[in-house]
Amino acid sequence: MARVDVRKTYKLYIGGKFPRSESGRSYAVVSQGRSQSFLANAAQGSRKDVRDAVVAARGAFAGWSGATAYNRGQVLYRVAEVLEGRREQFVADVIASEGVTRPRAERLVDAAIDRWVWYAGWPDKLAQVLGNLNPVAGPYFNLSAPEPTGVVGILAPQRSSLLGLISVIAPAIVSGNTVVVLTSEERPLPAVTLSEVLATSDVPGGVVNIVTGRTAELAPWLASHHDVNAVDLTGAADADGVAWADLEASAADTVKRVLRPAGDGPDAVEPDFAPTPSLRRMRAFLETKTVWHPKGT
Amino acid sequence: MPTGFEYAPAPESRAVVDIASSYGLFVGGEFVDPADGASFKTVNPATGERLSDVAEAGAADVDAAVRAARRAYTQVWGPMSGAERGKYLFRIARILQERAREFAVLETLDNGKPIKESRDVDIPLAAAHFFYHAGWADKLEYAGLTTGARPAPLGVIGQVIPWNFPLLMLAWKIAPALATGNTVVLKPAETTPLTALLFAQVCQQADLPAGVVNIVTGAGATGQALTEHPDVDKIAFTGSTDVGKQIARTIAGTRKRLTLELGGKGANIVYDDAAIDQAVEGIVSGIYFNQGHVCCAGSRLLVQESVADDVVRRLQRRLGTLRVGDPMDKNTDVGAINSAEQLARITALVEAGEAEGATRWSAPCELPDRGYWFAPTIFTDVSQAHRVAQEEIFGPVLSVLTFRTPAEAVAKANNTPYGLSAGIWSDKGSRVLWTADRLRAGVVWANSFNKFDPTSPFGGYKESGYGREAGRHGLEAYVAAGSED
Repeated sequence: MARVDVRKTYKLYIGGKFPRSESGRSYAVVSQGRSQSFLANAAQGSRKDVRDAVVAARGAFAGWSGATAYNRGQVLYRVAEVLEGRREQFVADVIASEGVTRPRAERLVDAAIDRWVWYAGWPDKLAQVLGNLNPVAGPYFNLSAPEPTGVVGILAPQRSSLLGLISVIAPAIVSGNTVVVLTSEERPLPAVTLSEVLATSDVPGGVVNIVTGRTAELAPWLASHHDVNAVDLTGAADADGVAWADLEASAADTVKRVLRPAGDGPDAVEPDFAPTPSLRRMRAFLETKTVWHPKGT
Repeated sequence: MPTGFEYAPAPESRAVVDIASSYGLFVGGEFVDPADGASFKTVNPATGERLSDVAEAGAADVDAAVRAARRAYTQVWGPMSGAERGKYLFRIARILQERAREFAVLETLDNGKPIKESRDVDIPLAAAHFFYHAGWADKLEYAGLTTGARPAPLGVIGQVIPWNFPLLMLAWKIAPALATGNTVVLKPAETTPLTALLFAQVCQQADLPAGVVNIVTGAGATGQALTEHPDVDKIAFTGSTDVGKQIARTIAGTRKRLTLELGGKGANIVYDDAAIDQAVEGIVSGIYFNQGHVCCAGSRLLVQESVADDVVRRLQRRLGTLRVGDPMDKNTDVGAINSAEQLARITALVEAGEAEGATRWSAPCELPDRGYWFAPTIFTDVSQAHRVAQEEIFGPVLSVLTFRTPAEAVAKANNTPYGLSAGIWSDKGSRVLWTADRLRAGVVWANSFNKFDPTSPFGGYKESGYGREAGRHGLEAYVAAGSED
């Protein structure tokens, strides 16, 4: 007799815990290969789940942004270590989610882990690369340094379920931001596995909050939430029923920083996540603080 | 209460400035009449006298200006080498220095600010901004904005500036835009258009290619036509948070770039170990400089409880010595409120402060009987919920709150949707740095306030806007983002 496998109930990741959606809803996730077979029921997050996630992200901000850059680098590298240990599970998730071949999935997972390692080296370099000692015309010590902007709401890419996901989360949190991520609507499984990685590494609860569900239903609440400082609209490309212009317009009410989706004009396209990134994504969620102090005896 | 010493009047001569009875728009290197012939008057706020009639640009005029800017961008300014562009900016900087007196007098007549501020702050800083950015024009690949290649310009920039520092804000906007290879259409504020129009003459004097700088005067509708114009690649706006939000909504989905420098409600924190007399001077320059018409003004004073009474007493004594009056007098400290509308806004908020139970004290000074004036004012017994502690007044009005611990000071300082500026007064370096780290504000002045420099980035957190002006960071607003990721 064949062994009956143990199936997993997929949940949200909020404040370092794994709650079900308060709405009690879930939705069927099907594989993207030739046969569209049932994979799992994922939690269908609600407006209130998004709200809870923002509260958790805000609560984690002081601690995460206040940690030393060296410490954030250590914590992020620890995530890469745990990612590597879960490599096989991610390969299986990516195959199921994206319908790609095993060799292709392996390359994507390796690239995703390497991408995380790349970002893990950034926290203690950002201030040196983006900061400045300003030679003002007067007896002042004048220094500009980058600081995180706060809570960042992220629409994760719809297609690139792991490499794309990691390519949008990591650049936001390296500098000390905390995030609320709406995952790919149809390909959420690698995000759920990533939440298990984050929970078992040293990332403080609330730094990354992951909500699965309907992008069109949840994104407007994130874009208009008064305690969210920035939104990343990358995942607006290919998201059913999502008009990124509307999200950008509602973000205006609180002067949110908006990272627009790639593409031209009203078109939104999912970027190619393969090349080594520029600083653009990290820069999008930074503020520059300039401090003046007199010099004298 | 001591009042100001009696000083003989020391008026600056206005003979150095010729003000025309009317001005056209500056489009394509020439002054032109507006399509529908509309105009409005600009007045001297210190006297109410009409200074000149200025053209009001309609949508057709804005369109003509954008077309001129586009032509100049594609045919002349874009293809020009950075080194050549830089030389034009150096020329402009020098002409501003040579004609500084003329600009200072005109600025004071049109704006109402004291001549000593336009002479010693506005005009020299405006020239310095052109000088600083001139040197960037041929060095952009060193600015760290893109990987490898020289950063590309965006194209035509639409710029809308406020009335509080008319020429300085023009310099903040135009100098970096031109240095990076863009061309501009700038709309000055409707109450202070004259120095922008004199600047247009400077562009002619410098032989700046036609269309690189275009100036369209007008009010809100003109600004709206500019921000909505489909052939504008980027909007740079300095002004109120409400208008900034409106612009952000308007351009949503268009992929126009946008930077916003919006309002503030800056906290000025005085610890009990601060050098109190120095702090009092800093508080005065923090809120009474430029009649408080400063987005980064230190309008919320947070004083440690143990020294609060002493600080307020010394502050009142100091305010009694401020000379309020004729802006053209070289001894004047506080000039005229820029317009009747602004005076009405200040008055309404101050009345709200009294109605909500805060205690008002205004400096005992005689105000001129013509023009728009408001005596330097302090509110004590202010709670965080009071409107005078939450809303930007944009006038010479200070709200005083107290705190007991550094953590409380930081919490109160950050308790606002704004995040533009803050001040810290303490003798203890470690406390200054600890506090500076925790303030959510773009500019923090420690043991100083309201200092500006072209090399020093300026801009806000939260609802004070996004983007930085000046310094290496300010260039970013005017160059293409580079690769998508």
